Amino acid sequence: MGYKFLLISMRTYEVTFIVDPVLSNDEIKATSENYAEHLKSQNCKVVDVEDMGLKQLAYPIAQRSTGVYYSIEFQSEDGEIIKKLELALKRDERVIRHLVLKMDKFAIKYNDDKRKGLIGKKSEKEKSASNESSKDSK
Amino acid sequence: MANRDDIKFLSNPNIGKQRKKYCRFKKYGIKHIDYKDPEFLKKFLNEQGKILPRRITGNSLKYQRQLSVAVKRARHLALLPYVTDLLK
Repeated sequence: MGYKFLLISMRTYEVTFIVDPVLSNDEIKATSENYAEHLKSQNCKVVDVEDMGLKQLAYPIAQRSTGVYYSIEFQSEDGEIIKKLELALKRDERVIRHLVLKMDKFAIKYNDDKRKGLIGKKSEKEKSASNESSKDSK
Repeated sequence: MANRDDIKFLSNPNIGKQRKKYCRFKKYGIKHIDYKDPEFLKKFLNEQGKILPRRITGNSLKYQRQLSVAVKRARHLALLPYVTDLLK
């Protein structure tokens, strides 16, 4: 077990943040790209940058009722990067809320499947299958 | 065609019997609960946005724990409200 841990030296993290929607589209995009670049410059491997789009907030944050959600999955050997990243996010006025998490193996697999479109499709397939079967029974 | 088996009971014995609850995560093999999917998480909340107890949803303890963490993360990111009326 001990040496198995040595092999897995890269840890996967996920940072989700909400960007101020008042900014122009270019600025919003620039913000997310800025963080991806920032991570790359710190020897991190950026796995994926997910644009979740403009969403209605469940409660107002900083007098805003909507926000643009972004999620970046990245791998890093050094945990120190997290502190720097959080500090940068906190100081950034364009980001109104953020969350940094370490991902376990199930979360990594889940995101992988989601990117391949397995998770959404599965339910559709099941639905279509159930629809067909219901049609057959009719 | 009424044969012996049909007239064994005067009323359907399955009416009023409680169906056994089960853990949805175990049954469908869901290993990770996504905090970025509020529509899914809403299935486990009541109308005020509170997390439903295990005795109602039937979740196993392992997944109830993970679910509560996922709901709290979603609340932090304003995907779900902390307090509300008429969530659904």
